Amino acid sequence: MHLTAFRFGKPYESLERNKLVHFMTGEPVAEVSQVGGAIVNRDLRKAGNARKAILKIDPEEIVERLQTAGNLYALGTVDVGGVKQSPDDFARQQSATTGLPENLCLANMKKNLFVLSNMDRMLDALSRGLPPEVFWRGYGTEHRDVVVSYQAQSPVLGLVLPSNSPGVHTLWLPVVALGIGLLLKPGGQEPWTPYRMAAAMIEAGIPEEAIGLYPGATDVGAAILASCGRSMIFGSAKTVEQYRGNPAVQVHGPGFSKFLLGDDCVDNWADYIDIMADSIAANSGRGCINCSAIYASRHTHEIADALAEKLGVEEVRAPDDPEATLAAFTVPGAAKAIWEQIDGLLDKPGVRHATAPYGSRFVEGERCGWLRPTIVECDSPDPEIARAEYMFPFCNVVKCPQEKMLDRIGPTLVATAISNDPHFQRELIDASHIDRLNIGPLPTIKLDWLQPHEGNIIDFLYRSRALQMTETSAVVSTATAVPAQSGT
Amino acid sequence: MPADTTEKTPVFDVADEQSIARGKEKLDAHTAEIIAWHFHPSTGSPFWLEYAKTLSFDPLQEVKCFDDLKKFPAFEDEWLRGGPVTRWIPKGFAGQPAYVFETGGTTGTPKSRVNLRDFRTDYEEFSETLPEEYFPKGANWLMLGPSGPRRLRLSIEHLAQHRGGICFCIDLDPRWVIKLIQKGWMEHLEAYKDHCIDQAITVLESGHDIRCMFTTPKLLESLAIALEKKGTTIREAGITGIFSGGTEFTPQWTRFAVEELLDGAFMTPTYGNTLMGLAASRPVVPEDGYTIAYYSPQPRAVIEVVDFDDTNSVVPYGGTGRVKLTTLTKETFVPGFLERDEGERELPYAKYPWDGISGVRPFSKLATATTVGVY
Repeated sequence: MHLTAFRFGKPYESLERNKLVHFMTGEPVAEVSQVGGAIVNRDLRKAGNARKAILKIDPEEIVERLQTAGNLYALGTVDVGGVKQSPDDFARQQSATTGLPENLCLANMKKNLFVLSNMDRMLDALSRGLPPEVFWRGYGTEHRDVVVSYQAQSPVLGLVLPSNSPGVHTLWLPVVALGIGLLLKPGGQEPWTPYRMAAAMIEAGIPEEAIGLYPGATDVGAAILASCGRSMIFGSAKTVEQYRGNPAVQVHGPGFSKFLLGDDCVDNWADYIDIMADSIAANSGRGCINCSAIYASRHTHEIADALAEKLGVEEVRAPDDPEATLAAFTVPGAAKAIWEQIDGLLDKPGVRHATAPYGSRFVEGERCGWLRPTIVECDSPDPEIARAEYMFPFCNVVKCPQEKMLDRIGPTLVATAISNDPHFQRELIDASHIDRLNIGPLPTIKLDWLQPHEGNIIDFLYRSRALQMTETSAVVSTATAVPAQSGT
Repeated sequence: MPADTTEKTPVFDVADEQSIARGKEKLDAHTAEIIAWHFHPSTGSPFWLEYAKTLSFDPLQEVKCFDDLKKFPAFEDEWLRGGPVTRWIPKGFAGQPAYVFETGGTTGTPKSRVNLRDFRTDYEEFSETLPEEYFPKGANWLMLGPSGPRRLRLSIEHLAQHRGGICFCIDLDPRWVIKLIQKGWMEHLEAYKDHCIDQAITVLESGHDIRCMFTTPKLLESLAIALEKKGTTIREAGITGIFSGGTEFTPQWTRFAVEELLDGAFMTPTYGNTLMGLAASRPVVPEDGYTIAYYSPQPRAVIEVVDFDDTNSVVPYGGTGRVKLTTLTKETFVPGFLERDEGERELPYAKYPWDGISGVRPFSKLATATTVGVY
């Protein structure tokens, strides 16, 4: 199978190809054409055509086509790389190159299907009920009979996608429904979701000129981030820091998502063990929404032991085993290096490795490695490991007085707070370093897609601005509503 | 992307055995002559005369052919750092005007090579490989590449002058480019690139009748895209011939440039550095999969593609190995310098009847520590 680049409607076979192999057997799975950053820069000059092609279609029709695409993606057989690909083929191929068990690959497909199936509700929620035509025409009248104008900030959204977290794709699925094209740089090991989704969208009638697939090395990502009017990148804390304050780039890094047990509920900790465990281990702990720390003022020893008993026994299983829960680290040496780093932090004062009684955490394969769920108890937020997050089920149970929690937790993508204390709830609602807040026993991994995630994507792609028109003014046509690409 | 020349029928003119044998004879004779010069007390450089005292053999007696150079221990690039640089000047050239060219130097003391006339000789020889149709004699040149203490900067100017033209240059500090990348200041990097391209476009638009250009792949694509945004092309800006260099030259990039950037201008890739001089390429054509194969300017410099572990053994044709460079000029003797690049060993070409190398890229074991800037 050869996955070619796709230059807004035109397949492009590169002379350079990345050979993807099965993470356990080394058998070839696919070849992926590799392009350079210059191709991206060159094609971006015509990025306006992507938006124009979408705007020719009625916005409600686009949503319907996306819903069809969702069904094709999750349930149908689509042509990917010149080969008919069923959902099971997809799961097998994605698992083979990412190390994620096949059952988790299938579960992620359902998430994407859910988002596409509910696109109309999602857009309604994120736009606070604006008529979708507003994004097509650039202006309109909202339900209070007030004129509003939303100006697209880029004709396409550039995405530098990750290799190790197939769950992130839900973030970019609404983009086409907002009248914006997609320029995707698939992750080196995970081209599967972008390619299958693009194929499903095109088969469902989304214009092929609206979608670009540019697999390649880091210079492709650099070109996207430098030249797209709006782009998203998924990366490490260092990447997040690099693009902090750049309004054109939305960075998704480690989530440092947490459970906070309030003093009024902490004595009932056993009631929440299951949702804490789910939050830690779902999707093999790879997501930014997986819980990496639990804060409580007391019972941390018992909580850590209970979680260790529940999760520590998880064993490595074959990727096609329906019971498999752990993803492999497919980069040779990566799992070992991560474990050595963790091991170096476990013998520090105030740190206890609660899963130690359940056997070695590091499991070495012939070409890859695994890390089994790891629970660590910290007697305060001070040890370095208390602030750590890793790409596998890893969680610290941190002892911390409730009144100091918000000062000590640091940036938190999802916080689930178990407390009925109105004062604590008020503080949580006001805490600006918490992005998504769950109050009550909700797993950190349970997302309400009708609410924004790390900012409202509409606010990222569009600028709300004033537009006043006299009655004699000509109507702005959609053909003129395409923003210039930055740098042109 | 290893080229497998052993399994495919070459689409270029492979050198015949007689030519290869003549090339080897010439190289052996040249090697003996260079050794005699560098190790004779009356003509040799202070560095090599002193170094000879530490050897277990007498180079003057025991190095009679190229293979005999294997008797020398590995050349250490650290020797090239710091002064006095005059230790490298052969006594036979004492008192002649000298240049010093630097390489690297983002942090710490850069490596350097002293030159008297070598850079001129190298580029005059290279000039003979340039097709007149695209690099007409008398044409003016644009040097869109690094300025400062670089051999390349002066060499391009000499090449232009040697061919009867004038060279126009820009200011470009590659050490600052590397620092921007290492600091992750990507906005500044883009701004600096734009600053360089702005200078180039200003030169091209100023009526200097420039028809030839040296540049690097990254700058070439930036220039082409900047010109495209202005509604013109490299060819329409007057450029007919481009001489370009850098380890970022890949078959795919070359194909992309030919198909989408050059608008019919001719481009010839080269591989070079401060120590070697310049390796020309055999014609880069679609039928050859845009393979870029370089051939060193033998006998003045020799490239061998050697085994990663046994650096005295070349790999089979089509095999991957590390670049080992030997410089054999009367100004400079460098035996068996292991470059920071790797590639595939190529069959001798009719025009250059000795081994070539394709797929040149940063040495994989060092690549993570190598920052490619404008090269």
